[in-house]
Parts: sequence; structure tokens; C-alpha cells
Amino acid sequence: MDAVVRFRAAVCLLGRFPALAGVDLDVAPGEIVLLQGPNGAGKTTLLRACAGLVPVTEGEATVLGVDLVADRRPVRPLVGVLGHRTGLYDDLSVAENVRFWSRAGRSRVADADAALARLGLDGRLADVPVAMLSAGQRRRTALAILVARRPRLWLLDEPHAALDQDGRDLVDRLMTDAVGAGATVLFASHELDRARAVAHRTVTVAGGTVSGLLDGAVAAPAAEPAGEVPVA
Amino acid sequence: MPDAPASDLLPRESILRDAALVMGKDLRIERHSKVTLGQLLPFALLVLILFAFALDPDRRILEEATPGLFWLAVLFSMLLAIQRAFSVETADGVIDALRLSDLDPAGIFLGKAAGIGLHLLVLEAALLVGVTVLYGTTPHGWLLLAATMLTATAGLAAAGSLYGVLAAGLRVRDTLLPILMLPVVAPVLIAGTEAFTAAYEQSSGEGWRWCGLLAVFAALYVVIGIFAFEPLLEES
Repeated sequence: MDAVVRFRAAVCLLGRFPALAGVDLDVAPGEIVLLQGPNGAGKTTLLRACAGLVPVTEGEATVLGVDLVADRRPVRPLVGVLGHRTGLYDDLSVAENVRFWSRAGRSRVADADAALARLGLDGRLADVPVAMLSAGQRRRTALAILVARRPRLWLLDEPHAALDQDGRDLVDRLMTDAVGAGATVLFASHELDRARAVAHRTVTVAGGTVSGLLDGAVAAPAAEPAGEVPVA
Repeated sequence: MPDAPASDLLPRESILRDAALVMGKDLRIERHSKVTLGQLLPFALLVLILFAFALDPDRRILEEATPGLFWLAVLFSMLLAIQRAFSVETADGVIDALRLSDLDPAGIFLGKAAGIGLHLLVLEAALLVGVTVLYGTTPHGWLLLAATMLTATAGLAAAGSLYGVLAAGLRVRDTLLPILMLPVVAPVLIAGTEAFTAAYEQSSGEGWRWCGLLAVFAALYVVIGIFAFEPLLEES
């Protein structure tokens, strides 16, 4: 089966700075891949490049069959991104945010309501304005949007950050469940013990390049993908 | 366990449905935050009062200048309305979420413009009452007045949405937006003032020509916005 993510000598410039300076990376369908590396290594840029949010200016980059060098916009509705910033409207309630972004991603209101319940946000929190939430509750709300949209590729940047123990466990379950249902997960984390426990393999990013593979070059996914993933 | 990756998505909605979704979201934000009612409206009325203080020694000048003062107050309020409308889209990574959504950029543009336009119409209605009470002026050509407000508001909202997203990604957006916007909307100030003058003086024939100019301005910026919003959203 063709790779969900395939980068060859991919370069991303932020201004004139090469945040990615020739990345080679393959991610197979159904994998959970951990990106590790020091601050400023290029992990976030790599995730944003996979989402089509920053341009790949040189090399080859294909995600879910979409050639990002030719046109990166078609990949965006296919991926789900959880970044450092949550992308929530402060003045809307939790439920209003999840429903709006679900509809903006062509998901059903029922999917949004189910996601709210899955993340434990369907009680009194549902009607609370996002501006009044803690950082962890905002993170849960952003995760609920991701769950409601059911993307084919999950791109998570520090998904455990700001969450309590229950929340971190829930993130791990969401990742494994998503892969079990046919999705693929690429995530960056500094919480290596926890992250390695859930990842199928670990990739090290340093100086804007993928400098090495840990835990074996390619590990077999824990579960066979159940759904179809577009091929290149 | 979550459902499989979405393959049963709803069909891509039309641009107008996307616009309605975005406008509905903006109206809900206003319902919760009450920025238009609580801040923009008092600001607009305050501007009218300050104009009255400045020109009160000669009541006749105040009455003659009513159309221009009305539209100046609208323009100042519009700048705040646009800054507010796009500040909610740039906070906490929302603009990335918009790019990642399946919303048609033209639909986002039309939705933002419609939301801004509705807020401006509320402001203009309040300002009309304000000039009637404070300046003692009474319009006669109500139909021309309403048509002028609708066409001018459409133009201001469309141009404002275009320049709002243009400035959205810049650190200096709050100070840059007025510099970009005010020269662009000068035709609205001129045509709106002329059309209102005609409505106040019962010479509506001339006023309708100015109203037509406002309609052309609005149509031009709606068309430009539909095509230019996507590249501007990419760059913001």
C-alpha cells in the first residue's frame, strides 16, 4: 500500500530560513509515528507542511495522494491538526465551537455531539464560553473537533500538553482507536516515555532534517487499517 | 472507538450555505459578546455628539452638514467593526482552522461581509435616530435613504472584508487598516453624502444617481472579494 506521507529532500522556508532542509520521510497507512527532537528542530513545520499549511518549496512531498508541491490546498480537508494553538472562538461555547467546525468540515451535527460526549464535554461544560476554559479543557475541545471530523491523517503537535492524567490517557486511546479505524497518526512530543509507548516507531528530527530512525525503520502497525486510504 | 475516517461526509455545500454558516457564527459571537451593542453603538453616538459640540454655535451648519457627519460616523464605526470581525479570526490559530476547513473562501468572504453589513445597518439605524434627535434634521426621501444605506453598507462591508483579511496577518493591522481603508471608501463617503443630501432636500433625482454609484461600488467589491479572498487568506 502506498505511503500516506512521502517526503523526499523536502525543503520548507520560513522567510529565508530553511525550517525543513531536505526531509526524507515515509509514513505507511495505519502507522502511529512519533516525531522527536529538540525545540526548533522542525517538528512543527513538518506537521504543518503535511497539513498543507506551509509550502514545500523544493523536493517531493505527497500526503494522502496529494502532491503538496503542485497544490497543497486539496490535502487540508483530509487531515486533522492539533497544534499549539487550538483554533477556537473564545466567545462561542464549547458545543458551538465543535458544531461550527464540524459543519465547516462537512461532518454531521450528530458527529459533533458524539465527539463532545467522547471527550467528556457534553455536560455543563458544553455551554461554557471557550474563553472561560482552562488550557486542558480548550485542548479537549480541539480534540473533540478532530474526533468529529474523522480525518484520514491526524497531525498532532504536543497532544498531551496541558492535559491531566485522564486527558493524556484519552489522547493515547484516541490515537490507537483512530488507527484501528483506518486513520494514520503523525505526532510530535517531548513526553517520550508516554509517546513511545503508543507509537509504532520514532523518527528523530534535528536541524530541519530527519536524521535517524529509532525503534526500527518501519514497525508493523498495531492494527490493520479498516478504511480506505487514497493512494498516490 | 471512533468511526472510520470520514468517507460519508455531507456533500460540499454551496458558497451561499458556507456564507450563511460563517455569518451565523459571527452573529452568535455578537450575541454572546455584545461588542456592537455595547461598544460600537455608544462610540458612533459619541462621535455624533462630538460633532454637535464642535459645530453647535452655528446650528444651520450642523443641519447642512448632517449627511456628511452621518457617513463620517459610519466610516469610523466601520473601522472598529472590521477590526473586531477579523480579530476573532486571527486569535489562537483560528485562521489556520479556516484554511483547513472545507469552507469555500468565497463563502467565508460573503459570510464575513454579510455579518459586518448587518452590524453596520444596526449602527446606521441608530445613527439616523441620533442625527434626527441631536441635529434636528428630518429626511424626506425615505426610499432613497434606505436604498443609500443598503448599497453603501454592502460596499463598505465588502471592501472592509477584503482589507480586513489583507491586514489580518500583520502585527501592525490595527494601525494599518484605517490607512488602507479610508482612501478606498472615500467614494462611499462622497456618494453617500450626496445621496443623503438629496434625500434631506427632497431632490431625489440626483440622489438616485449617487445611489447607483454606490451600487456599482458594492458590486465591484463583492466580485473582487469573491475572487481575491482566497489568495489573501493564504497570505494572512
